[in-house]
Amino acid sequence: MRIAIIDTSTTRAAIISDGLRDAGLVDLAIIDPSGPLMAQVEAAQPEVVLINLENPSRDQLEDFFAVSRALARPIAMFVDQSDAEATGAAIDAGVSAYVVDGLSKQRIKPVVDLAVRRFQAFSRLQRELDDAKTALAERGAIDRAKAILMKRRQIDEPAAYALLRGQAMRTNRRIGEIAEAIVTSEALMGDME
Amino acid sequence: MTAEIFRIGFLPLVDAALPILAHELGFAAREGIAIEPVRDMTWATVRDRLIFGQTDAAHMIAPLAIATTLGRDRPAVPLAVPFVLGLNGNAVTFSTRLANAVGLTEELGDPAQIGAALKRLADARAASGKPLRFGVVHRYSSHNYMLRYWLAGVGIRPDQDVEIVVTSPPFAADALAAGDVDGICVGEPWNSIAVDRGVGHIALATAQIWRRGVEKVLAMRATLLDERREAVEALVRALHGAAEHFVAPGAAEESADILARPEYLDAPRDAVLRAITDRIRLVPGGEPLHYPDFMFQYREAANFPWRSQAAWLYSQMVRWDYMTFDEGDAAAANNTFRPDIYRAALAGSSAPLPGASSKLEGGLAEPIGAGSTQGRLTLGADRFFDGRAFDPDDIETYLAELP
Repeated sequence: MRIAIIDTSTTRAAIISDGLRDAGLVDLAIIDPSGPLMAQVEAAQPEVVLINLENPSRDQLEDFFAVSRALARPIAMFVDQSDAEATGAAIDAGVSAYVVDGLSKQRIKPVVDLAVRRFQAFSRLQRELDDAKTALAERGAIDRAKAILMKRRQIDEPAAYALLRGQAMRTNRRIGEIAEAIVTSEALMGDME
Repeated sequence: MTAEIFRIGFLPLVDAALPILAHELGFAAREGIAIEPVRDMTWATVRDRLIFGQTDAAHMIAPLAIATTLGRDRPAVPLAVPFVLGLNGNAVTFSTRLANAVGLTEELGDPAQIGAALKRLADARAASGKPLRFGVVHRYSSHNYMLRYWLAGVGIRPDQDVEIVVTSPPFAADALAAGDVDGICVGEPWNSIAVDRGVGHIALATAQIWRRGVEKVLAMRATLLDERREAVEALVRALHGAAEHFVAPGAAEESADILARPEYLDAPRDAVLRAITDRIRLVPGGEPLHYPDFMFQYREAANFPWRSQAAWLYSQMVRWDYMTFDEGDAAAANNTFRPDIYRAALAGSSAPLPGASSKLEGGLAEPIGAGSTQGRLTLGADRFFDGRAFDPDDIETYLAELP
């Protein structure tokens, strides 16, 4: 069964295709997002198309499928309607699937389920990456805020950190936020004595 | 009590104004509800979020609401339209090359005359094996139906003499610039952006094809309307309040400020302001021209969901999807529009309420007082460019007489 993957994120497309290959679905066509979309899909002759929900080409793609149905061309695909619950889960995960008419539900479901899991894994990775970036940025701010406190208050590093931590606990905010505020106010008012 | 929240999907278009302004300017809060706008880039995504419950309602091209109800291309999901977000507001923009070849002037021309010049060119291009190609925003859009109505009316056969493809609004100017299409029929501000970029020339406002054509609607799942009936009526009142404010003297500047923002249209404020004040710049560097019929967001009970307008859209769906007319489908299409909800929501307010739910479309050559159960209502001239009128009770005869 040939599956075409259309995704604005090449990383996510790679993660999905890896997952499909692991599951033994090796007949894949990864569509190059910078190339002509319809021509590539037409050439690939897929039985299933997986596309990210927010892909800006979806209206064109659906029109292409509809026109090829009207002309009785081979690439006549429908929105996957085999299983409303699975389709809903796919939409929630951010993926939509189109399938050729007559493809059995038993064959579609594993593909869609797998795409959903891979999309979710990708979102999780992205979230972790964002969190790591935030943590890194916060650590920089905390280091700078400690240096400011040490200089201004003539205290050592553990004491400066204790000040930050105490303030964060009292005001129910993260240490990073307190540090950010100190760095900002130093940038604006540091030269006022 | 926490306010009932409506997540409302929209595309970056000027006629997404009412839900956005109802949210930003407090009309929703005044009705005890909250609106959370959800921005997308394709109608397919707006539709999917709506039918699978990621959103509660959507700014939607009216024919797509009907196609979804009828299950065109997918399992049917009945949608309900209790409120129309506006009439017209779209334009047909030619590439600079096509504009020159057809001989467009710096005025809004006559659709029949422009059509005659376009036909000569379209025939020549079709004969040479490189037919003219037009981009519309969606297969199930009023843009598609208006453009096709005009083309067929001047003797150009869509799908045979010219190609019609889908081009999403934010990419329409790019498609013109790249020569992928020779013309586009899209909503604002995307025609104006094409003109300002120097890649297009506005040939016609769609209001010249049908002066009072239904455009975007507020669509929701029919089941949601039943389950949250009271809140939906509050939403209708909030949108109506926003519509009344939208056309108030002096409101346009602030509306343009809000709509142009990155989280909404992410478009040049000047192009947005021109559209909402009915001033359209036809040619690059030209003086904007005031065309009062350009778009209707409030006047003449523009927000009232006339069943006859849904019926006209269904007639065009039959025509251009090459289907046969079906009594049951026609009824389902008409019933997508819910004037009963509109009336119930606005009873006792200052809003004029039409007495009828359906009317002869395209029958008025001049403004006329219309029967109303509340307030005074005047309907403006609503002619189609070819003078034909549409009787919603006799779609088959209408279709048989169309070219």
